[in-house]
Amino acid sequence: MRIRVRPNAFVPVVVLVAALLLPATSYFSVNAQQTEAANVEVKIDNFSFGPAAITVKAGTTVTWINRDDIPHTVVADDKLFKSKVLDTDEKFSYTFSKPGTYPYFCSVHPKMTGKVVVQ
Amino acid sequence: MTKKAQNEILYDHNHDGIDRRGFLKCMAWAGTGAVCIMKGGVLNSYALNRIPDRASATAGELTFVQISDSHMGFNKPANPDVAGTLQAAVDKIKALPVQPEFLLHTGDISHLSKPEEFDNVDQILKGIGKPVFFVPGEHDVLNDDGQQFRERYGRGSLGAGWHSFDQKGVHFIALVNVMNLKSGGLGTLGPEQLEWLEDDVKHLKSSTPIVVFAHIPLWTVYPEWGWGTEDSATALAYLKKFGSVTVLNGHIHQTLQKVEGNVTFHTAASTAFPQPQPGKAPSPGPMAVPADQLRTYLGVTNLNYVQGQHALAVVDSTLA
Repeated sequence: MRIRVRPNAFVPVVVLVAALLLPATSYFSVNAQQTEAANVEVKIDNFSFGPAAITVKAGTTVTWINRDDIPHTVVADDKLFKSKVLDTDEKFSYTFSKPGTYPYFCSVHPKMTGKVVVQ
Repeated sequence: MTKKAQNEILYDHNHDGIDRRGFLKCMAWAGTGAVCIMKGGVLNSYALNRIPDRASATAGELTFVQISDSHMGFNKPANPDVAGTLQAAVDKIKALPVQPEFLLHTGDISHLSKPEEFDNVDQILKGIGKPVFFVPGEHDVLNDDGQQFRERYGRGSLGAGWHSFDQKGVHFIALVNVMNLKSGGLGTLGPEQLEWLEDDVKHLKSSTPIVVFAHIPLWTVYPEWGWGTEDSATALAYLKKFGSVTVLNGHIHQTLQKVEGNVTFHTAASTAFPQPQPGKAPSPGPMAVPADQLRTYLGVTNLNYVQGQHALAVVDSTLA
């Protein structure tokens, strides 16, 4: 994960603090989301994820919203993230902090698949 | 062509007693209602209005009813009153000339696995005053891996709720194919359940009539919509030795029937809302129909076993 820090007088201190906190990835993903304010929405409609494949920058928060009359879920193939069941118009968000490819599916209707590529 | 000839199989491609035309006709039953009587693996269909004169011929040792997909809690335009249509199904069953000994519910009891949804269904079905045997649909095992389902309906069952029981010489097998679904896949029974099934039927005589019930169809109806079960072929292989196997499913919210050798596959209508015919819509989502026609798309299935006859008689009727 990359954290962009503006050059200023406190750079050494900031870097030191950052280094100390590196293992706390969740802390950093929250920070990255705030600084980059990157948000991407995926619609669940007609039993499919739209768009089914998206490419985002590390730190992006992806929000799925269910526009179907039937409940769906958003579950990573490797179970890294797993939403509760989403009824109509309910949402689920996940912040992708590390680059990689994250295939996911609806565990209720497993023919529904999607992919998030994090750069 | 005479009317009689239209009901006969014109060309039996698979030598299974049913041709493509016959299969499509079965598909068209959704919303019309029909009686299906199998003899020697051959399917004959009759219009609903002929049921009265078939009733005496099919009265037998065991009558039971299948209901499915009550989706309690669903409240979208396709049916804002699923409690009302479930009650209509109960009324329909109570009015049957021969009362069923018990009911099978082939899953999606609830819409969102909420306790009050299950409570509501239990309360309405109590009106029939008969035992009900349940298998879970995918809507019944949301969020808790089916724990609530097992606590409510799975007493004496194994794994995620599979079990078997005998009634008047017929062996009933309840299978669960909605757990641990894999990305891109269909319904799944899983190795543990298959092993149990093999063991369960090993000691039975091949003349024992078998009724299998599970939520997702155990034959491949339409894989693009997930309407099938990955490992159903293994399960059916264990049942090959039996002369009469009836497989009852739900999930697809329409009646479909197929005969393959000694196996009759049947899916029941929902009591809640219809779904489109395979591939006839962009997705298998709820199909909105005019309110005054809704009940012609919903229904219950009556089954009748006559000792000494080869197969069970299956009668679908609508809630209209």
